[in-house]
Amino acid sequence: MPAGRPSPDGPSRLVRRNAGRVIGGVAGGLADHLGVDVFRVRVVFVLLGALAGAGVAAYVLLWFLCPLGEDTERASAAERRQAYGLALVGSVVSILLGIAAAGTPLANLLPFLVVLVGAGVVWREFDAPATGRGTWRTWARLAGGAAAVVGGLAVVVLLGDPDVGRLSTTLLAVGVTLAGVVMLTVPLWMRMWRALGDERAARIRDAEREEIASHLHDSVLQTLALIQKKAAKPDEVVRLARSQERELRGWLFGDPAQHGGSLAATLTGVCGEVEDDYGIEVDVITVGDLSPDDEPHAERRRRWAGLASATREALINAAKHSGERKVSVYCEITDEQVEVFVRDRGVGFDPATVGEDRQGIVRSVRGRMDRFGGSVTIDSAPGRGTNVVLRMPRAHEDDPHGRNMPGDDAVASHTGRQEDGQ
Amino acid sequence: MFLVDDHAVFRSGVRAELAGERGLSIAGEAGTVAESIEHIVASRPDVVLLDVHMPGGGGVAVLRGVRDRLGGDTPVFLALSVSDAAEDVIATIRAGARGYVTKTIDGAELADAVRRVADGDAVFSPRLAGFVLDSFTGRSSVPEPALDPELDSLTRREMEVLRLLARGYTYREIAEELFISIKTVETHASNVLRKTQQSNRNALTRWAATRHIG
Repeated sequence: MPAGRPSPDGPSRLVRRNAGRVIGGVAGGLADHLGVDVFRVRVVFVLLGALAGAGVAAYVLLWFLCPLGEDTERASAAERRQAYGLALVGSVVSILLGIAAAGTPLANLLPFLVVLVGAGVVWREFDAPATGRGTWRTWARLAGGAAAVVGGLAVVVLLGDPDVGRLSTTLLAVGVTLAGVVMLTVPLWMRMWRALGDERAARIRDAEREEIASHLHDSVLQTLALIQKKAAKPDEVVRLARSQERELRGWLFGDPAQHGGSLAATLTGVCGEVEDDYGIEVDVITVGDLSPDDEPHAERRRRWAGLASATREALINAAKHSGERKVSVYCEITDEQVEVFVRDRGVGFDPATVGEDRQGIVRSVRGRMDRFGGSVTIDSAPGRGTNVVLRMPRAHEDDPHGRNMPGDDAVASHTGRQEDGQ
Repeated sequence: MFLVDDHAVFRSGVRAELAGERGLSIAGEAGTVAESIEHIVASRPDVVLLDVHMPGGGGVAVLRGVRDRLGGDTPVFLALSVSDAAEDVIATIRAGARGYVTKTIDGAELADAVRRVADGDAVFSPRLAGFVLDSFTGRSSVPEPALDPELDSLTRREMEVLRLLARGYTYREIAEELFISIKTVETHASNVLRKTQQSNRNALTRWAATRHIG
């Protein structure tokens, strides 16, 4: 992307007029940016110029710092005449004011004007597109501008301090030439600097694009290929699509609960695993969170692992027996306790007349919760789905379950990691 | 109603799904922000189904654009997005959408949601209810600045409704659970949304900022 094009979103950058410029395109660019008449902007510059040259300094600085725009409409002859006239008026007014207010003799101000005009001519040439101009004219302008700048500087130096005249002529010539060269090549340096910035931005964009491409290749494209191969197995396709959706969602929207070792992340992870293994859809909502830092005692952290594995059992239970493909999990972490609701709208059952096989699963959920001091409520009725509520109190100092307990090490390892970003 | 989505395939899918629903007709559709604003202002639909992620500012830009043009006469917006990221949900609700549902919603539920927002009620997805609860409870592990008095302005009943919403209950199921009418559930949800949009803008922003999503 060339420098100076307004980005699609965000405020547009201030750019100088290119084809429509009269001197540097600064006033025109500023007028376009602010949405005001260019004549007013020029008048303001002239008025500011009368204030000890502030307008001139502002104009020069903006010329340095603003990249060229991409407009193609040339300024009309009338506008040019008007602008040149204003520039002339500005110069005359600032010179007169300089003489009147500061008592500077005209002879001292003129060289400054010569330097400015010379630099202006040269900078304009640097700004111009390389094609479509007679080369001899360009060179003539460059040479004339350079001569004006160096000559003007020499006069300034010689007039400014009579003592300087006693310095070695060679030294003086070198100094003046150096100053002139620096002034004259400013546009070149600016252009190089800008090109460097553009190049860096392009490199960053490329790296980003490459990262996105490789991620999409590893995830979405691979999954789509697998789905094509397994089109005959709808269950498998749904499973692949779901797990891919979850993964891509985590990557795109960067849900903090998707990574890190917090309790919410662990539960989300457990739900994702069951989703994959049993081909069901699990909606997880978590409110609040608990990071490993909040639970310094490893023994206590294991109760959260126990809660996670109980949640897994409840989910598997729902996946196997409810006949429903969609299960909601809601986890609320408060200062006192953690509650997990696992809910399906499936066939349900009568808790009073429960079959031996289901009793086993209920027991395995209950068993895990009991071991860590939690409780389980199972609410179900035939045809109305099942609602499993797991409650685990937050650890307190006098808690008898804070000591040596058998735990589920496989899940405990989940909570051992640090949660990042918090 | 009016459909805004930058994917034509998705628009035709929604059209097809809502085709058999009574009382719903589609006034038009658009795929870009500028086009949407123009057509919505011209056709004055009752409800706008709004995509959140679109080039050129997304659903929030459409909301703002239409509001600027129509002022108080703005149609009701229901966000329908594939994204359930906190920042999208919050930004859209704060911009004035009357509800937020995700694209996995089925046709009947969507039609129901459209009717409900058209009647002036709020529609919450469980996800949205979760975010609101998170911001109102302030119980998350992330330390937050002292809460505004306004933050406690959710009534106990509104909290209960929100919690059930977050647990995936439908409005009907919540009504049964709490022994209140569906209309009351809708009123509670509307109140929550109103409070979320108005009094707690600052709190929500801060909440989002503490999670690095603002």
